Amino acid sequence: MSNVGIVIVSHSPKIAEGAADMVRQMVGDAVPLAWTGGDVDGGLGTNVAGILEAIETAWSPAGVAILVDLGGAETNSEMAVEMLSEDRRARVLVCNAPVVEGAVIAATESSGGSSLAAVKRSAEEFYA
Amino acid sequence: MSLDRVARERLVRALAAAVIEHADELTSLDQAIGDGDHGLNMKRGFEAVLAALPDLADKSLPDMLKAIGMTLVMKVGGASGPLVGTFFMELGKALPEQPSRPDLVAATDKAIEAVKARGRSEAGQKTLLDVLVPVHVVLAGGGDARAIAAEAAQAADRTTPMLAIRGRASFLGERSIGHMDPGSRSASLLIGAAVEILEFEVNP
Repeated sequence: MSNVGIVIVSHSPKIAEGAADMVRQMVGDAVPLAWTGGDVDGGLGTNVAGILEAIETAWSPAGVAILVDLGGAETNSEMAVEMLSEDRRARVLVCNAPVVEGAVIAATESSGGSSLAAVKRSAEEFYA
Repeated sequence: MSLDRVARERLVRALAAAVIEHADELTSLDQAIGDGDHGLNMKRGFEAVLAALPDLADKSLPDMLKAIGMTLVMKVGGASGPLVGTFFMELGKALPEQPSRPDLVAATDKAIEAVKARGRSEAGQKTLLDVLVPVHVVLAGGGDARAIAAEAAQAADRTTPMLAIRGRASFLGERSIGHMDPGSRSASLLIGAAVEILEFEVNP
């Protein structure tokens, strides 16, 4: 499957998982999808290792769009992207969109075979 | 500035102790204007750094700093992990094994620029940069350990009347005024601990 992958990063594992459920309801298995949430001890927060793992799980040759909830999730996601191998780094983008709505919209766009840039744009423009 | 293995281990232990001993205070500061996780997050990170001793101190100074930075990035969480971790990592990348004072001035300048880029932030927004930037001025101007530590503490204090523009505290708008920035406090604690161990000549 070469549709753009979607990664959901929330400070709350419950929110990340719930948003992923909503994505699946919309697009089924048409889109590679992974979620991560919580700090390394399982408390509220985000962690780079979890984000790297989620990118790996949702990896697609078409690239991966990351949806985040708050500043720390964004900063940790950007850190994770920088730690990827060079050939993958350019194919992962963090979207500036609300995490739940953005994930559903991005996945819907992806399920139609759109490019990574188009997936990111649709998520960001919907609530702009 | 000579940092042999003993001094490197002392430095790591001092940095970790400064954060771990003040974790409750950092938590209180963060509860006032943030999500209240700064103390625990930083403590978790520096406990992981301590756990990497003695191997950590066996490394050269640049490699040790890079390893500390990576540990903080992976363990701290929040925005502080990438920010503080980036500072240490970039410091490690920019410093030679036996740095002179000008080396340290140049390397901290690079590390501060990297923190600015990581946080898309500048001094004046009530973040750790409000400690790092003025302390760098004192360091570059030839200040001794006492002057640097004093500036770090005062700079953290100066964040109290500031309006938060970045980070979770910015959600509070004007209500962020009147509270010290937790990240500035932890930065000042780390700097205070570091200059106690490092030797600074009064004249650069």
